[in-house]
Amino acid sequence: MEGIVGYGAYIPRNRIKVEEIAKVWGADAPSYKRGLMLEEKSVPSPDQDTITMSVEASRNALKRAHIDPVDIGAVYVGSESHPYAVKPSGTVLAEALGATPEAHTADFEFACKAGTEGMFVALNLVKSGVVRYGLAVGADTSQGAPGDALEYSAAAGAAAFIFGRDNLVAKAVDTYSYMTDTPDFWRREYQYYPQHGGRFTGDPAYFKHIVGAAKGIMDKAKMKPSDFNYVIFHQPNGKFPFRVGKMLGFQKEQIETGWLVNKLGNTYSGSSPLGLTACLDVAKPGDMILIVSYGSGAGSDAFIFEVLDRIKEVQDQAPKTRDILDKNIHYLEYGEYAKFRHKIKKAD
Amino acid sequence: MREVAVIGVGMTKWGELWEKSLRTIFVETALQALDDAGVDKIDSMYVGSMSSGIFVGQEHIASLLADYLGQTPIPSTRVETACASGGLALRLGTMEVASGMSDVVLVGGIEKMTDVNGYEATYALGTAADQEYEGYHGITFPGLYALIARAHMEKYGTTREQLALVAVKNHRNGAKNPLAQFPFEVTVDTVLNSVMIADPLRILDCSPITDGAAALVICPVEMARKMKKPVIKIIGSGHATDRIALNQRKDITWLEATYQAAKQAYAMADKKPEDIDFLEVHDCFTIAEICVIEALGLVEKGKGGKAYEDEITFLEGEIPVNTSGGLKSKGHPVGATGAAQVVEIVKQFRGEAGERQLKDPRIGLAQNMGGSGGSTVVHIFEKE
Repeated sequence: MEGIVGYGAYIPRNRIKVEEIAKVWGADAPSYKRGLMLEEKSVPSPDQDTITMSVEASRNALKRAHIDPVDIGAVYVGSESHPYAVKPSGTVLAEALGATPEAHTADFEFACKAGTEGMFVALNLVKSGVVRYGLAVGADTSQGAPGDALEYSAAAGAAAFIFGRDNLVAKAVDTYSYMTDTPDFWRREYQYYPQHGGRFTGDPAYFKHIVGAAKGIMDKAKMKPSDFNYVIFHQPNGKFPFRVGKMLGFQKEQIETGWLVNKLGNTYSGSSPLGLTACLDVAKPGDMILIVSYGSGAGSDAFIFEVLDRIKEVQDQAPKTRDILDKNIHYLEYGEYAKFRHKIKKAD
Repeated sequence: MREVAVIGVGMTKWGELWEKSLRTIFVETALQALDDAGVDKIDSMYVGSMSSGIFVGQEHIASLLADYLGQTPIPSTRVETACASGGLALRLGTMEVASGMSDVVLVGGIEKMTDVNGYEATYALGTAADQEYEGYHGITFPGLYALIARAHMEKYGTTREQLALVAVKNHRNGAKNPLAQFPFEVTVDTVLNSVMIADPLRILDCSPITDGAAALVICPVEMARKMKKPVIKIIGSGHATDRIALNQRKDITWLEATYQAAKQAYAMADKKPEDIDFLEVHDCFTIAEICVIEALGLVEKGKGGKAYEDEITFLEGEIPVNTSGGLKSKGHPVGATGAAQVVEIVKQFRGEAGERQLKDPRIGLAQNMGGSGGSTVVHIFEKE
C-alpha cells in the first residue's frame, strides 16, 4: 500500500486586493469580483521564489512525515516559474532538506499541472519500489501581465507531499491522467509573461480535460461523485471549479473545503495541491478525496486518496493551510506589489 | 433586366467554432444552401468577408472557397465593404443574374473571428473606421457608436433604458433561434448593470465576436417558378456610401447611407416604408438599430428610442425588427451578417422560422451596414 506520509503548505503573507489592481487599470472591480469570484491574491516578497517556497512547504511536510530526509529517493519540483531556465530547482531543495546526494531529482513544467505531475511520478516510483520515499512539490510565483485578466489571479504558494509505503496518512487508491495537444496558454523562452487564448481556455481546455480526467478515474476506480467527502479541482478563478463540479455531479459542499482561490488567487502548480493540503488538514479517517489538476497545453492528473487513522496525529504538527491563508497577512498597495514582483525597471 | 429570386439558403450554428476552419464553415454552409436550392452546379459566386487576412491570415479566399466547394473553374469574387460585405455580395450576384450573364449564383459571407484574441479582433474591426482621422487617435467601434448614442440622447432625449430595450427585444427573439450564438433572454436591468464598454454603451449593448457563415442561391424568377417552393423575389436593391469618419458628417445621429440606399430600394420595389411587414437590420450596437429604423423611414427622425417603449418593433409588434435575434443575439461574423439577414427573411416567408414565425409576411427588408454607417446595402423581398 502506498500513499501520503506527510504533507505541507506554504503561502507568502502578502496580499493584494482586486480593487487595488482594478483601480490602477481603470477596470471595474465589482464585475471582476462577481465574474471571477476573486477577492484578493497572495504575492511573494522580493526575496521569495519557487525554490524558497518549495523549501518551506517541504519542511512542513517533513514535520508531519517523521522520516529521515536522507531516505527520500526522489525530489520533484513542478512549477512554471523555476528561477533558473538552466539549473534545477530540485537540487537546491534537496540540499536544503538534507536529501542529497543519493536521490533522483527533476524539475517539471506543464503550466498549472506541473505539481501533480511530480506527485504522479513520485507516487508511482514509490509504488514500483524504486525509491522508499518520494517528495513532490507544486510551487509557483505565477506571472500575469500588468493589466491582463490574469493579473487579478496570478498568485504564489507551494504544497509538498512525501509519498511512501508505511506510516501513511492517506492511501492512494488510484491515479489517472488525461491529455491532448490543446494550446490554450503558453509562454515562449525569453518572454516574461504568458499569453492565453481568452475564452478558448474554457470549454475546449479546462472543462474538457478536467471532465475527462474526473470521469476516467471514477470509471477506473468504480466510484461516483457521492462517494467522495472532498473534491478539489484546479482553481484558475473562483467560478470554474464550481461549474466543472456541477457538470460532473458534485455538490458545493464537497468543493468548498479545498476551494481557496477567492482569497489566495491561482497559485498555478500549487493550486490544486494546496486545495488537497487544506482538505487533509480537516479530513477524518475513512474520508475519500478526489483531486483533479489542470495544466494548459493541456492535461489533467487525477488522484483518489483514502484518509487513514494517522491523519489525526499529524494535522497539528505543521501549520494548516487555512491558517496560513487567513492569519498574519499583510496588504500591499499596487506600487509595493509592482516592486515586489520586479515590475519596476531600475538603473542597472 | 431579369427579375431575381432566392431559391436556397444555408446557415449553420454560429458561435466560437474553434474546431472548424474558415473553409470548413463556409463549405458546410454553402452546401446546405445548394442542397436547399436543389442545385449542384453554379455559374458564379460572390463571398463577403471583411478581414480574413487579419483574422486568419488568409486572403484570396474567393478562389479558395470555390475550390473547396468543388466549383472551380467558375468565376468567384470576394466582396469587401466592412460589415456590409455580405449584403453587397447579394447585390452584385443579383446584378449578374439580372443582366443575364449568369443563371444560378451562390452569394454569401464568412468571418472566422475567434482565432485571434480580443485585442486583435478589435483592431481588425477598427480598420473599418477612418484610420487617419479615427483609428490612429485610438477610437474603436464601441467608442464611435458610443459617440452616436450620446449625441442621440442629447439631441432627442433617447434614454439609456430605450437602448437596453433593443437588446432585450433581440435577445428575446434570438432565444427562439437555435442557430443563434447567444440564445438567451436578458432584462433591462441586466443590460444596465452589465460591464461598461464605452459610456453609455455596456457589453449587452454590443454585438459579439462570432465565427459563422451564411449562403444564398439566387436565379431568375422564371427558373424559380418551376421549383416547388415559394418564390421569393428580390424586388428592390440599394447601395449607398457616406463619409466614413464621424467627424466629417453633418449630423452623427443620422445614417445618410442607410437613408440613400433605402430610397433606391423603395423606388425600385415601388414600395413605401409602411408596406414593409418585417425587417432584418444592422444592430451592431443597440443605438445602431434605433438610428437605422429612423433612416429607413419607419419612424420619424429622433423617435427611434420611443418605438422600443411602444414595442412596435417587437415580435408581436406592428413592424417586427430582427426576428432572428439580430446581430446582438444571433451573432455578428461581420462578412456573413448581410447574407444571414436574408436567410431569416426567406425562413419567415417559407414558414420555417419556428417559435419566432410571423403570420404570413409578404414583404421583408434587409439593411446591412459597414463601419459606423459609411456604407449600406438595402434589399427588399417579396413572397410571390
